[in-house]
Amino acid sequence: MKKSTQYSNLSKVMTVLFALLSIAWLIPIFEVVINSFKANSFVNLEPFALPTAESFVGWANYIKGMTFGNYPFFRAAFYSFFITIVSVALILLLCSMSAWYIARVNSTISRVFYYLCLFSMIVPFQMVMFTLTFTADQLDLNTPFTIPVVYLGFGAGLAIFMFLGFVKGLPLEIEEAAAIDGCGPLRTYFNVVLPMLKPTLISVGILELMWVWNDYLLPYLVLDRTKYMTIPILVQYLKGSYGTVDLGATMAVIMMSIIPIIVAYMFCQKHIIKGVAAGAVKG
Amino acid sequence: MAKSKRSVNLVQRPIRRFAPIFILPTFLAFVIGFVWPFLQGIYLSFCSFNTPKDAKWVGFSNYVKAFQDPGFANAFWNTAAFAVVSIILINVVAFFIAFALTQKMRGANLFRTVFFMPNLIGGVVLGYIWSMIFDGILKNYGTYLTANGTYGFWGLVILVAWQQIGYMMIIYIAGLQAISEDMLEAARMDGATGRQTLFQVIIPNVMPSITTCTFLTLTNSFKMFDQNLALTGGLPSVIQDGAKVNITELLALNIYSTYNINKSWHGVAQAKAVIFFILVAVLAISQQAATRRKEVQQ
Repeated sequence: MKKSTQYSNLSKVMTVLFALLSIAWLIPIFEVVINSFKANSFVNLEPFALPTAESFVGWANYIKGMTFGNYPFFRAAFYSFFITIVSVALILLLCSMSAWYIARVNSTISRVFYYLCLFSMIVPFQMVMFTLTFTADQLDLNTPFTIPVVYLGFGAGLAIFMFLGFVKGLPLEIEEAAAIDGCGPLRTYFNVVLPMLKPTLISVGILELMWVWNDYLLPYLVLDRTKYMTIPILVQYLKGSYGTVDLGATMAVIMMSIIPIIVAYMFCQKHIIKGVAAGAVKG
Repeated sequence: MAKSKRSVNLVQRPIRRFAPIFILPTFLAFVIGFVWPFLQGIYLSFCSFNTPKDAKWVGFSNYVKAFQDPGFANAFWNTAAFAVVSIILINVVAFFIAFALTQKMRGANLFRTVFFMPNLIGGVVLGYIWSMIFDGILKNYGTYLTANGTYGFWGLVILVAWQQIGYMMIIYIAGLQAISEDMLEAARMDGATGRQTLFQVIIPNVMPSITTCTFLTLTNSFKMFDQNLALTGGLPSVIQDGAKVNITELLALNIYSTYNINKSWHGVAQAKAVIFFILVAVLAISQQAATRRKEVQQ
């Protein structure tokens, strides 16, 4: 009896402790929020002070943030959205198809592709980044509309590997039954295999989304920077002119770049956390 | 999997005819995005070049220059120190948070949500946010983040810990939840103390999670780039042996900044990239081999 009361006391203490720790954990984000409502000079002078009547500028930073730095925020946001959605869709569809092929067909191409995928997972981006830029330039893959091909190519290794882990566990009998019923490979894939892959599609999709949306170096090197910027490139570009730049407006830009992610997180938190745990098991 | 003749006829043969649809697009993209740049990268590390068209074979001289560069050595030791510190810090904190959150506690799900959140923010944005915070704190002492290499190093450690603890916590929570209640019950019945249960029942059973997390933190530390670039950009820099050395630079950033010095350094940067690749590959393979050995023993 005594033990259980002790336990619940401990549990209360822990709850309070973790509540405080959680609040502390959010301070950096809170910092961005308060500074995005302060005039530039006050961000520099007292970065930790709450906005006062004197320093509060309302939405002015957000309005300025949309346009300043010679590059409108909306353009960068559009390119970021476009590149992320198309790249992830391409990776999910084409890599799951390849993984199914590799799992079902026992041929030299299958084996070669599989081992190349494994190999690509241990190659850091720095190894290929300069030469990838040359290749992308040559093949006109340096625009937001063609760069998804580069993402598909560089991301294929990990994606195929993760899909393979799941496809190998699918019962062959179902596909045989579909074949007996007269399904060709395409129909079997889209009507039978793809629906069964749904949990893996979500896990892989979330990992790829987090990668492409936040990626800085690949689009920075590959894209024609005079014309196209994504959100991370824009933020780094603004930081590059540190000192002359309007910090309040930069904070507003950062806020606008974080909000879509946080909103998405609130809605699909369960899937995100499951996806991370599942992705890690494969290592 | 032993394939029956029936499945070969029914499943394998028809798919094979569809190879151009199922495998060719990905394979082409894979060649463009990985295979060709990789091979060309190896070749160019032995060349002096501005673009691949004007490449001239120079043998091993790029590698010699890379090893003589004090900035590269500095970046290597920085990366090694950074990896050791962040592996220990992130894994210990993440494990204990995960352990606490899997006990009976009100609000555990909310706390988990909060701790994971920094992961969703990109490295460049994180670097910007933390440079503002560190500069704001250091200003009270009349100094700033890039005044001194120690500030930059520990600043990066704090930033990365804040970002990755939540991620590793999720993996540890999954591992801890997989331990069967029966086993813990048995330990309790046998009169194990809390400490004995932790070290002799719980930790051995989450070993797979620990290996995964140390592997991830190790490779993440070695490949760290965005956060390094956005937080300090390698600053401050000093002149050492007649070469510029960026004190807080890690390996990935050093490769990048070497390339940007001027075109006579392109080959050296590519040679450094090859050395970097070999280093990362050896670390990854030896870690995986160690894991496999452990799994065989179990």
